[in-house]
Amino acid sequence: MTQDHHEEEVLGKAYDSRLMRRLLHYLAPYRGIVALASATMILHSLLQVVGPFLTKIAVDRYLVVTHRQPTFLDSFLSADPAIGLAQITGLYLLALLALFALEYGQTYTMQMVGQRAMYDLRMEIFGHLHRLPIQFYDRNPVGRLVTRVTTDVDVINEMFTSGVVAIFGDFFSLLFIVIVMLQLNATLALVTFAVLPLIFVATMLFRRRVRDCYRRIRTAVARINAHLQEHLTGMSVVQLFNREEKSFAEFKKINAAHQKAFLDSVFAHSLFYPAVEVLSSAAIALILWYGGHQVLGEMLTIGVLVAFIQYAQRFFRPIQDLSEKYNILQSAMASSERIFKLLDTPAGREPSQELAGASAPREATRGIEFQDVWFAYHDQDWVLQDVQLSIEPGETIAIVGHTGAGKTTLISLLLRFYDVQKGRILVDGVDVRDWNVRALRRRLGVVLQDPFLFSGTIESNIRLDEEAVTREAMEEAVEELNIEDFIRALPEGYRQEVYERGATLSVGQKQLISFARALAHNPQILILDEATSSVDTETEFRVREALNRMISGRTAIIIAHRLSTIQRADRIVVFHKGRIREIGSHQQLLAQRGIYWKLYQLQYKQQEVSVTGDD
Amino acid sequence: MMKSLIQRVQPLFPFLWPYRGRYGVGLLALVGEVAFWVAVPQIIGRGIDDLQKGVTADKLTLYVGLLIGAVLCKAFFLFWTRMILIGISRDAEFDLRNELYLHLSRLSLRYFQRHRTGDLMSRATNDLNAVRMLLGPGIMYSARTLILMTAAIAILIQISAKLTFYCFVLVPVVAVIVSYFGRQVHHRFEMIQAMMSTLSAKVQESVAGMRVIRAYAKEEMDLRRFQELNAEYVERNRKLIGVWGMFYPALEVLMGLTYVIVLWLGGREVISGQISIGSFVAFNVYMGQLAWPMIALGWVVNLYQRGTASLARLNEIFATEPEIADPPTPVIVGPRKLAVAIPGDGHRSIEQAAAGIEIEFRNLNFAYNGLPILRSIQLTIPAGNTLAIVGPTGSGKSTLASLIPRLFDSPPGTLYLDGVDVRHYRLQDLRRMIGFVPQETFLFSDTIRGNIAFGVDQATEEEIRRAAEIAELLPDIEDFPLGLGTIVGERGITLSGGQKQRAAIARAILRSPQILILDDALSSVDTYTEEKILTRLRNILRGRTAILISHRVSTIRDADLIVVLHEGAIVERGTHEELLEQGSYYPELYQKQLLEEELERA
Repeated sequence: MTQDHHEEEVLGKAYDSRLMRRLLHYLAPYRGIVALASATMILHSLLQVVGPFLTKIAVDRYLVVTHRQPTFLDSFLSADPAIGLAQITGLYLLALLALFALEYGQTYTMQMVGQRAMYDLRMEIFGHLHRLPIQFYDRNPVGRLVTRVTTDVDVINEMFTSGVVAIFGDFFSLLFIVIVMLQLNATLALVTFAVLPLIFVATMLFRRRVRDCYRRIRTAVARINAHLQEHLTGMSVVQLFNREEKSFAEFKKINAAHQKAFLDSVFAHSLFYPAVEVLSSAAIALILWYGGHQVLGEMLTIGVLVAFIQYAQRFFRPIQDLSEKYNILQSAMASSERIFKLLDTPAGREPSQELAGASAPREATRGIEFQDVWFAYHDQDWVLQDVQLSIEPGETIAIVGHTGAGKTTLISLLLRFYDVQKGRILVDGVDVRDWNVRALRRRLGVVLQDPFLFSGTIESNIRLDEEAVTREAMEEAVEELNIEDFIRALPEGYRQEVYERGATLSVGQKQLISFARALAHNPQILILDEATSSVDTETEFRVREALNRMISGRTAIIIAHRLSTIQRADRIVVFHKGRIREIGSHQQLLAQRGIYWKLYQLQYKQQEVSVTGDD
Repeated sequence: MMKSLIQRVQPLFPFLWPYRGRYGVGLLALVGEVAFWVAVPQIIGRGIDDLQKGVTADKLTLYVGLLIGAVLCKAFFLFWTRMILIGISRDAEFDLRNELYLHLSRLSLRYFQRHRTGDLMSRATNDLNAVRMLLGPGIMYSARTLILMTAAIAILIQISAKLTFYCFVLVPVVAVIVSYFGRQVHHRFEMIQAMMSTLSAKVQESVAGMRVIRAYAKEEMDLRRFQELNAEYVERNRKLIGVWGMFYPALEVLMGLTYVIVLWLGGREVISGQISIGSFVAFNVYMGQLAWPMIALGWVVNLYQRGTASLARLNEIFATEPEIADPPTPVIVGPRKLAVAIPGDGHRSIEQAAAGIEIEFRNLNFAYNGLPILRSIQLTIPAGNTLAIVGPTGSGKSTLASLIPRLFDSPPGTLYLDGVDVRHYRLQDLRRMIGFVPQETFLFSDTIRGNIAFGVDQATEEEIRRAAEIAELLPDIEDFPLGLGTIVGERGITLSGGQKQRAAIARAILRSPQILILDDALSSVDTYTEEKILTRLRNILRGRTAILISHRVSTIRDADLIVVLHEGAIVERGTHEELLEQGSYYPELYQKQLLEEELERA
């Protein structure tokens, strides 16, 4: 999961309007709620200015009785100081409760919107993964794709919920404070704002400095992860070659770069926080000095002075906050860039569903035909060359060949995991590229070489949650395969839990289950790719019996290492180095004394000496 | 409560101890900061009192001057507080991470087989960071809040004891609320984390099983499953948000309440003339400035919970004793036997004949995870001889070879090198005698030069090229854009399986070892290239002891002794000719080999 941090993490600017617009797009379905939350937030910011204002009135009206312009509140307030103070306190309390309700409501709705938007984004990414061509998976490590769906999305969520919202909230708080201050006393407000440019300069300088630090930190973190990943995996090599000290020295160097970058950022922060405090206190000093003179000149009440001091204290926190959010924003930009890159990877060439004339299952099955098929995974490294093969409906074809002969590739092409470079493949007379892919695949029942099981139960692995595959069909398939005792022997039978990738089952057991899976889906064409390579001889014998019954009436392609499995096939096709070299029945091919004969000999020897995994 | 707190912090002490001096200075700076912090509201209060009485403009300027002075001093101390206390945490993180790495590098192969790399990584990064947060910001903020509150109470009590009491009566309430929230949030947070790993596992599974999903046209089913998990993840988040979303608003209300109390009770005291308007303002300013440190306390509680949990996980690693370690009194090994220990000119060249080492297995039995792997192995390989091991997969060949450099430990008294039990050598010395080419080639994402020279302290360009030449890698290297300087792996070019194996061979022979072990090291190399490598290796092997494990007869037919392992026991032994005559497995293997070769040519 971490290797990919390496170079990728390092990129990214703090704000990219193109990315941001695209991100905001995910909030669009919830714009009503977002609007409501924003309104709540604005109201919240507005209410925040109430406190100092009430304090001012209390001071001016009751604590230090001063002559001044009456505000609209004065008409409601009692003349008796004790009662009046209680009234104001009560108002303050009400404001507090309202603040609580508003902020909680706003936080909750906004975070939930974030969650839902991220839910949508995750669905989109995951859905997109299902549409990407198989080649994509040959190139991209699993861990990297998992990170896209999980960690990267969460980083964006963080921005939506705490980052961006807080920035808007901070902005409105500032705005309202500014308005109230100007209202209370315009000149004193302007004097107070005199420190603002300095604050901005300090923030800019700070930002520029930490941006560099954060970049270095990310690089260092990526290096630490890469080094750890590599050396933890290869620790025995390190030990065998006495390189513990050397690798430690390397690690220490990277670790030191990480430490240095952080210490630099600690320095920047240590400078920035006191600077902001000094500036905010400078504002208070200005209020005291300029306002004090006005008070002495009886142009200002003490209450206003007190309110200004309270406002000034609140004024600088949002500004400080803004710089903190910077990091969140930057990470989110980097993550969204990676996610969008994945989403922008074109999906497979799906034929339009509307070529459906071809996609509807045909009544008359016309078999499978490979016509002059050429295929290479890379450029001109042909894995299959000039493959000509036509398989009649109901025929059983066995494909044999040495490792790397191209047998599995042939199946991948038939399933349209890849497209051929030259020639074409016809299923029921229609080019596979013109088939609706899913209809094509439903027609084929495949047991792949790697018997992949999902976490769930035995039953869910056989039925794959398919309505059409009934319990009965499943049990029938298992019975037909002659493996019901194996399943009955499990403590929970069909409900036996299967862990991730079938961890607790043997390869042989997994093969049997995936075999049952193929059978239960009752395909018209059965394809077995090394389906029984790892089951023990006795089980295989029983499975083979069942197989013989099963393939009657079905078109079947069987790839097998063990030649014993395929002697009953109608025709045996021998692949060698990507080409079809021999075709015929078992007896015919043996009589030819060619490649098949040699394979057969080899096999025979192999079984004699019971070498299992050696292929 | 106090006792359990100490118990839980206790494991931290060893990590704090080396920094005690700096912590002391940092705390002093903190006290300095607080001292000036205390002065600021006082100055404001006095100023306002005097304003009410109508002071001179000069006196006003004095107050402003005092205020600025106090704030500058406070800023100075704040700077140093942060620099020192947060700085310590970064240094501690650095030390801890180094220590962790060193410790991991001493643990045995078995440990790495039992622990997933991802898990270890997460401890070295996430857990370490949680501990760092505890050591730095955690300690700084809690100390700061504590000192601030003490100082504030001391001052405020002089202004009005009653008012102070009512203001701070809320503090225990805040503490209780914060700790309640902390627990609730922690629990919900863990639920989310658990769901997150389920979600990750699901994506992992789908991506890995993509072919099966497509083959069965099960994309929709898979999407549906993912959707369920995704929805559950959102639901668990909702539960957290429900609680967590309340946290800050609740704290803010509590802080607001102190303003209300000051306004209500303080206001009455001003009206009744018990306190001055300036004191009233000072109270307000104090409470305003205490609000955030108190809220920070809540954050500190979280830091603390995560930090101690992470520390426990780190300590698990530190508490693991290396299973395979140096003996208490190791055998002294003369320089003659050390392949790469001799620096500079003493470095033997690759071709120079080396004195081999006699290897003896004395009735060795070995079990792994309770399963017997090797049974009654009785075998002597005289110094300078070549032993070949063949046998089916899982017969114990690799295990046998890996006992020699003590990747796994043989029982005492069963494996001797030159008559000394392998367990009596220092690990360093033991492994310096050996050049090992493992079955699964592992190269580092470094240059080819760096990979080949990985096992030696220094090597000339010529020596590296020579080693590459023997391993038949030189022609490939010359095709690479940067030659020996080409980077391999993630960040560079991808080598083929055969190229990797040949690089690993070059890496082993550059060490000029007394014992060379090739564990199926030519399996991905074609027969033609193999033949070339073997011819050159024969020269190199002169005088050295060698163990070759292979499936191919061509690799091993010239060995001095060939043994066939079957289910962990030696079932046949002899030379190529002897085995062809008397053996059963070996002749079959040979026949098969001939057929393979024929097939290759077909």
